[in-house]
Amino acid sequence: MADVKAAEIDSGVRKKLMFVNRKAPYGTIYALEALEVVLISAAFEQDVSLAFLDDGVYQLMRGQNTAGIGMKNFSPTYRALGDYDVTKLYVEKESLEERGLKSADLMEITYEDEDANFAEKSSVRIVSRSELTDIMAQQDVLLNF
Amino acid sequence: MSTLHTVNKSPFERSAFISALNHLKPGDAVLMIEDGVVGARKASAFADLLAMAAESCSVYVLGPDLAARGMGENDVIEGAKLVDYGGFVDLVTTHRQTQAWL
Repeated sequence: MADVKAAEIDSGVRKKLMFVNRKAPYGTIYALEALEVVLISAAFEQDVSLAFLDDGVYQLMRGQNTAGIGMKNFSPTYRALGDYDVTKLYVEKESLEERGLKSADLMEITYEDEDANFAEKSSVRIVSRSELTDIMAQQDVLLNF
Repeated sequence: MSTLHTVNKSPFERSAFISALNHLKPGDAVLMIEDGVVGARKASAFADLLAMAAESCSVYVLGPDLAARGMGENDVIEGAKLVDYGGFVDLVTTHRQTQAWL
């Protein structure tokens, strides 16, 4: 046990970082920039989670097709986050409802749970506004996009 | 002598959409582009407002911007018509002026 603890300290500080996404993709660069920093943070072995609220919920829309606007469709990257141990994607229920959206309108994003015999689990967690408020309050750092 | 109003910001984020609707004259056209397309979503908080505008004005949505955000023809309010970039140009040329609500 003592060795494990020493190893944890050697690996540096692990903070709870939450990326707060509030903008639709493509109209501005925020969504793509957030995704870049999420991947960097994950590489530094931080406890990373993402929140999608307000127009940010549009980032997770299923079936994004950007061929017509000449921009790169970066939505498949969200599905790769599990490979970087980023497995907590909180989506605010009220934001979906205000926009006429349902959870079925969102992409399926899963990860393999190492602690449960690599069972495939959903990374997307639909939470209420008050639940999200509590989750945000528990973070060490909030990064806003 | 009608006007084409373009809206490129989400109504959930900016007041441009509401301002555009508040300055419509019967026979004008509204074209939703870029992040503005989310305002055309069926059953959204702004759907009724846009549907009301559609009674006296034409409402258009830029299809490629809708597709980029994972939506299509069936996801927008009834009465809204999809256009492509060529259709956008046609709208500009068939209206006396264009008012871009940035």
